[in-house]
Amino acid sequence: MAQILIVDDSASMRNMVATTLKSAGHQVTDAPDGQAGLNKAKSSKFDVIVTDLNMPIMNGIDLVRNLRALANYKYTPILLLTTESSMDKKSEGKAAGATGWLVKPFNPDKLLATVARVIG
Amino acid sequence: MKIEVADQAISEQVLRLEGIDFITGGDQYLTFTLGVEHYGLDILAVNEIRGWVAPTLIPNAPVHVKGVTNLRGNIVPVIDLRILFKVGEVEYSPFTVTIIVAIKDATVSRTMGFVVDAVSDVLNAEKSEIKNTPAFGGSVPLEYVTGLVNVGNNVVTLLNIKKLLNLDEDDVEH
Amino acid sequence: MSIDMEQFHEVFFEESLEGLDVMEQALLIIGQSNDPEVINTIFRAAHSIKGGSGTFGFGDVANFTHVLETLLDEARDGKRELNEECIELLLRSCDCLRGMFTALQAKETPNLYQSIELIAAFERILGATDKTVNTVQADAVTQTSQAGSGPMLSQNSKNDANTSSGTDNKVTKHWQIKFVPEPQILLAGNEPLRLFRELAALGDLATSADISEVPNFADLTVDECFIRWDLELSNSSASKEDILEVFDWVIDECTLDIQLVGDNTSTQDNAMTSEPFEVPSVDIENMLTTNTEEPEQQFAGADKKAAPEIRAPRSDKNTHPSSSSSIRVGIDKVDSLINLVGELVITQSMLSELGNNFDMTKLERLFHGLEQLLQNTKELQESVMRIRMLPISFAFNRFPRMVRDVAIQIDKKVELVILGENTELDKTVMEKITDPLVHLVRNAIDHGIETPEERIRKGKPEQGCIRLDAHHQGGNVVIEVSDDGKGLNTLIIRNKAIEKGLIDSNEQLSDNEIYDLLFQPGFSTAAQVSDISGRGVGMDVVKRNIKSLGGRIVVQSKVDVGTTIKVHLPLTLAILDGQLVRVGQQVFIIPLITIVESLQVKPELVNRVSGDMVMYRLREDNVPIIYLYKEFDISADNTDIDNALLVVVESDGQKIGLLVDDLLAQQQVVIKSLESNYKRIEGISGATILGDGSVSMILDIPGLITASCRRSNVKRQFKVA
Repeated sequence: MAQILIVDDSASMRNMVATTLKSAGHQVTDAPDGQAGLNKAKSSKFDVIVTDLNMPIMNGIDLVRNLRALANYKYTPILLLTTESSMDKKSEGKAAGATGWLVKPFNPDKLLATVARVIG
Repeated sequence: MKIEVADQAISEQVLRLEGIDFITGGDQYLTFTLGVEHYGLDILAVNEIRGWVAPTLIPNAPVHVKGVTNLRGNIVPVIDLRILFKVGEVEYSPFTVTIIVAIKDATVSRTMGFVVDAVSDVLNAEKSEIKNTPAFGGSVPLEYVTGLVNVGNNVVTLLNIKKLLNLDEDDVEH
Repeated sequence: MSIDMEQFHEVFFEESLEGLDVMEQALLIIGQSNDPEVINTIFRAAHSIKGGSGTFGFGDVANFTHVLETLLDEARDGKRELNEECIELLLRSCDCLRGMFTALQAKETPNLYQSIELIAAFERILGATDKTVNTVQADAVTQTSQAGSGPMLSQNSKNDANTSSGTDNKVTKHWQIKFVPEPQILLAGNEPLRLFRELAALGDLATSADISEVPNFADLTVDECFIRWDLELSNSSASKEDILEVFDWVIDECTLDIQLVGDNTSTQDNAMTSEPFEVPSVDIENMLTTNTEEPEQQFAGADKKAAPEIRAPRSDKNTHPSSSSSIRVGIDKVDSLINLVGELVITQSMLSELGNNFDMTKLERLFHGLEQLLQNTKELQESVMRIRMLPISFAFNRFPRMVRDVAIQIDKKVELVILGENTELDKTVMEKITDPLVHLVRNAIDHGIETPEERIRKGKPEQGCIRLDAHHQGGNVVIEVSDDGKGLNTLIIRNKAIEKGLIDSNEQLSDNEIYDLLFQPGFSTAAQVSDISGRGVGMDVVKRNIKSLGGRIVVQSKVDVGTTIKVHLPLTLAILDGQLVRVGQQVFIIPLITIVESLQVKPELVNRVSGDMVMYRLREDNVPIIYLYKEFDISADNTDIDNALLVVVESDGQKIGLLVDDLLAQQQVVIKSLESNYKRIEGISGATILGDGSVSMILDIPGLITASCRRSNVKRQFKVA
């Protein structure tokens, strides 16, 4: 089971993602914005990071960029939560170093399947 | 002074009824005495039994409302059943106890203490054993009584808990 | 996997409503501000609501916010300027969404009338980009129509369907895939092995690696990938899209060639899979749009269908009442609590160690430990209370919008100044004070501020000013609503009161007493009652609400300068500062805020008037005396008025003296309800538990005063002429 960090400014999304991942046996930590997520990522090691794109203080793209600059997170799978309207964000995210994305809205099964893709 | 010593003796051995196994069919009632009379309360509503501790007076309350007491942070009124039912002598002895009764359902959640002379036993009674209350009554208002049960030579009066816990609402006005 | 999505709904509603507030505020300042963060804030709020509503199955909301987002996205990218019309529409959208959420919160179906109208308006504005919008709607419909089976979207749901139907038909396809990743593919965390694992789930997978491009060991960089793969996927029901989906994250970082070499599929899938394949440099966007290009007419149909699905308050299920409110607490507050509990535990262990083998030499340490315990407890209490505290901006936030709307409606120019919005207030108090404040502010605009012409005539600036100011004062929060308008005209108020029969025509009243008339039920000075407010209609309610919170109102006004209404409120409803007093055996608590002074009675100042009434001369006032022991029918040490202790309390401008036996300590007490297990008692507002575990009653001073006034019924004779 993996250590997963979920970064999203929406508490309900964070809850939903965390609850779903926990139910599958993962250890979940959450953060409400990119900066807080980055701090948490620095203070411990996560196997997967799931992050929203639009967040105050530090957005998802900058978070990915910052994470990739850390030796610990050079190859760590990072998934972006995007909406279908932000396709260009996907390529921007990819360019910043994101591993993949999960398109909102998604259901718990889809989330677990997507996370499973990058574990192991 | 004498009472205070006794208080401690009893409150140290507060009777907890949570662990009782319900082996028998039918309903169980906690029986207690008021003077020479026997009464019973549905045991499922009984939270605990405590020794007598003088409560804080409630201004202008009816005589049977002895006051309020602190039950683990909750403010709980204490009613002296002997005064309410006009039975027995009203005195506070080492055996005087307060039965804490609570009901909690979707609409109401209430806790009250009832002062009685002594707790006697747990009584099992099938529905069929419960007899209707005779229409001619004593000093206990009929609406508080759900029925009578014969136990040996004694008669136990079963009380209506819902009615008792709501007694301030419709019956008693000062 | 069955996660009950309903458990997240309440949080989602709350944060969405908060998001709408934020959005509204930003919209109100966007005209004056060039800060790109403002539009970002608005976009983010709409975006979050859209994302959440899709995920949690509120298709109508997702639908609506999507159109909003499209417009905002253009504005954010500088492709569109947000003009007045747009802002107005966006503000109306906030209202509309708020209504939808409120309905959903109450488990009702939101009324779509307004949102449909707004969508149409947005589409008109978007005009040229109309096509996008339609796609977008169709897209949202895909989500909506799935709401029945649990909220989800998936652009690949179609694929899923194909896959499963394919499996039923025992489809076996054979795919040849050539996968040539670019060297940097590993850097983004995409491990080819994981991709193959996904592929293997679609059928039987055979892989062979081509290592011809791998450089010499000396030239090898560890994080570059030079291996190429030839993959054979057989016995598979997967469509080309399924395979593409596996590679969708790396599609730009590899060359991919997918060929169908064998197919036993029944005819239904042929159309899709037997087309000749080129190297699919198809990017994912095109794929998605293809999937979502549903005919528009389906929109209407699906929409109708979706409505009953969303209602979904399954009656067999125990639906929790939406009134159960929650509080969002900053992590810093929780952290400080945890720290304090840590300290408490240390103190406790120190004390219990001390108790294990105590002798008198350790007395000093014991005192020290107890002092520390006191300190810890105090801090812990304060910390816990802070959790209930919210900045008053939660209540103030709605005013910029309201002031703007009301001012436009009645052709006045009003500027709103908000001060002290970080002042913290108990959540319950906040909820109950918001409506009265709205009323006061509306009144100020409607009746306080003059029309621009009138203001110019008076030599004032054309634009009026409403000031909302919150600050702490002692243990209270004071909220001031002030305007620089025409002020209260005591003469008009007085005449009105006489006309209404509230006072006698020869009655002498101070200005303050005249202002008080405004809060009498049924009093109104407005020549014509507008739909904004009619001062007097509801002012009594304002006062009642504030009083029920234990607060009070003070009015200051000067003709042509303006009016200030100060609302004094307790910081919290859960704790009060009390003065403990003793009467006989009983200890009562008097709220400290009501106490004017405590004094030893001087016999020569006691007067008996109007029969049985006992008054005490306190400077120029005559204060009626209430004998607490008589009032509560208990015994007291001292029943003689001479040399007795008198606590003078005041509520609502009325003073009374309470006769007590002794003044004890002053302390903070936690208010407990008597009603939960008993009933309301006249003259008592609640109870508390003292340090020794005993219960003590808290006196209801306004109640006692009203009761005493009612009994004596000589209210108007207190004043010495």
